[in-house]
Amino acid sequence: MKTKTRSLSKTTRSNLITYGMVVAAYIIVEIFLRAGMVSSLLEGLLVPLCMYVILAVSLNLTVGISGELSLGHAGFMCVGAFTSAFFSRCMETAIPVSGIRFFLAILIGTVCAALFGILIGIPVLRLKGDYLAIVTLAFGEIIKNVVNVVYLGRDSRGFHVSTKDSISLGLEQGGDVIIKGPQGITGTPNDSTFLIGVILILVTLFIVMNLINSRTGRAVMAIRDNRIAAESVGINVTKYKLLAFSVSAALAGTAGVLYAHNLSTLQAQPKNFGYNMSITILVFVVLGGIGNIRGSVIAAVVLTLLPELLRSLNDYRMLIYAVILIATMIFTSSPGGQEIQERIKLFFKHRKTKEA
Amino acid sequence: MIGFISYLVNGISLGSVYAIIALGYTMVYGIAKMLNFAHGDVIMIGAFVVFSTVSGAGLPPVVGVLISVVACTLLGMAIERIAYKPLRKASKLAVLITAIGVSYFLQNVALLIYGANTKSFTSVVAIEPISLMDGSLVISGETIVTVIACIIIMIGLMTFMKYSKSGRAMLAVSEDSGAAQLMGVNVNSTIALTFAIGSALAAIAGVLLCSSYPSLTPYTGSMPGIKAFVAAVFGGIGSIPGAFIGGILLGVIEILGKAYISSQLADAIVFAVLIIVLLVKPTGLLGRQIQEKV
Repeated sequence: MKTKTRSLSKTTRSNLITYGMVVAAYIIVEIFLRAGMVSSLLEGLLVPLCMYVILAVSLNLTVGISGELSLGHAGFMCVGAFTSAFFSRCMETAIPVSGIRFFLAILIGTVCAALFGILIGIPVLRLKGDYLAIVTLAFGEIIKNVVNVVYLGRDSRGFHVSTKDSISLGLEQGGDVIIKGPQGITGTPNDSTFLIGVILILVTLFIVMNLINSRTGRAVMAIRDNRIAAESVGINVTKYKLLAFSVSAALAGTAGVLYAHNLSTLQAQPKNFGYNMSITILVFVVLGGIGNIRGSVIAAVVLTLLPELLRSLNDYRMLIYAVILIATMIFTSSPGGQEIQERIKLFFKHRKTKEA
Repeated sequence: MIGFISYLVNGISLGSVYAIIALGYTMVYGIAKMLNFAHGDVIMIGAFVVFSTVSGAGLPPVVGVLISVVACTLLGMAIERIAYKPLRKASKLAVLITAIGVSYFLQNVALLIYGANTKSFTSVVAIEPISLMDGSLVISGETIVTVIACIIIMIGLMTFMKYSKSGRAMLAVSEDSGAAQLMGVNVNSTIALTFAIGSALAAIAGVLLCSSYPSLTPYTGSMPGIKAFVAAVFGGIGSIPGAFIGGILLGVIEILGKAYISSQLADAIVFAVLIIVLLVKPTGLLGRQIQEKV
């Protein structure tokens, strides 16, 4: 047994710990659910929690591994949500088995988000730093705005698209308006469950962590650390940057599918697909540790639950959230804060040596 | 034709507000090299101070605006001192997240004090509207004041940067803060001054914005803040005339887009124009190209 653990490399062991953490968390929550010890409020939070974890891990691929500050992550989530919800609505009668339908919906949402990732990535990744940040933000807002003006209906003659209103679609009697502009898509089947969410988290972790530890991942990190040096040793900068960006977008799309099938009404609003959402996810990534996948998982869970746990303080909870955010950043990133950290570490070290 | 001109005037008016906000953004960016996401919320605080002092306490509008400018200046300096100064050498992302934290903080403070309901803001401008072309084109007092204020601020800032000692210190710090420090420039107080000026401008922008669009909530500042940031990037971030041109263009594009294409797509059009400009000229209209050296 001892030799076996030793034969595992450090990264493999670390990855296994991350998977184990997620599985353990799932089992614990499931036990509590069975025992009826979870409030309905918390129960309703489980699927969004999975969604946030997937979003944080996927954004960490862009921000941490690829080193590009993206503020448009919610846009890709929006693409995944709407394409998959549209598919599910259309196929509700054609594919009655919810498992197969949802599996296909996940595939479609993910692939569409990946396509958008490539499409947006090609022009955007030429830019750097803050310019890249603002352009990704712009793309996210554009996606959200465009979704809000699309009306799409179906009747016996096929699909009809309009940007004005549902009447101008000119549907026949019995036609069905699927996307209703600002009202979005209603009546999406509620296929998302906590179990599927956790499986998707594991798949996401598997993809991201294996990508990081592959030749591709090392190329991406080399580009992050020094683009010119990476280029000069023959790494195709555009290809690898685009690859990381589109994988990240695809996974955000997966999270969007989960989101869309958790609600019966899907609307593109500033609070779910606007830049605020992208920023919320960025906060998870930065507080969890840039480039640290396990940190992203933990931060996403803790920071999603924190405002809920503070609910008893009602109006003050977001204020406290803000203060915690500022304080954490100052504590972890300022010279003064780092000095305090060193002192605490030293203090514990001293105690350990004394005890020994 | 008259319609087009009146849309153009509205666009320039809105653009002037964006330009004033963008000036604050661009100055802070040029010197502290940080995206101050809380800038938009300083606008909101400025508007709320005027709302309290003028509509609430019944003070004359001029006094209210002055109090608001002073309050926002102090607020800006306090934010810089407490939240940003300890992070001067930290990574860009850490500073960005802190700025987001400050933004949440200001929004929630306003939410606690004033509640989430929309307040209707009474315009502080008492100038009569001007009718041109036999009354077919009416230019409101707010528009006149906004445009004039914007031009005065822009010219004032440019003169300040060029001729005053502190202005030149700002330029020096934005060029190379290490070298500026060696030359005897007090970098910390220069950055504090920049935040003070930026926040004072934000207060003025807030008052002007809410005078033209009189609805005030704790989230009023956030979208104009983002748009002004877009304007600053559009014109070349760090450049004062760039922020001015970017702001005006953005306002005009937004209003014309709303009028002629689609009111729901106006924001998307604004962002699309930004993307196109940045793809053609990656450092904005008036931004300087920095060559990368190995």
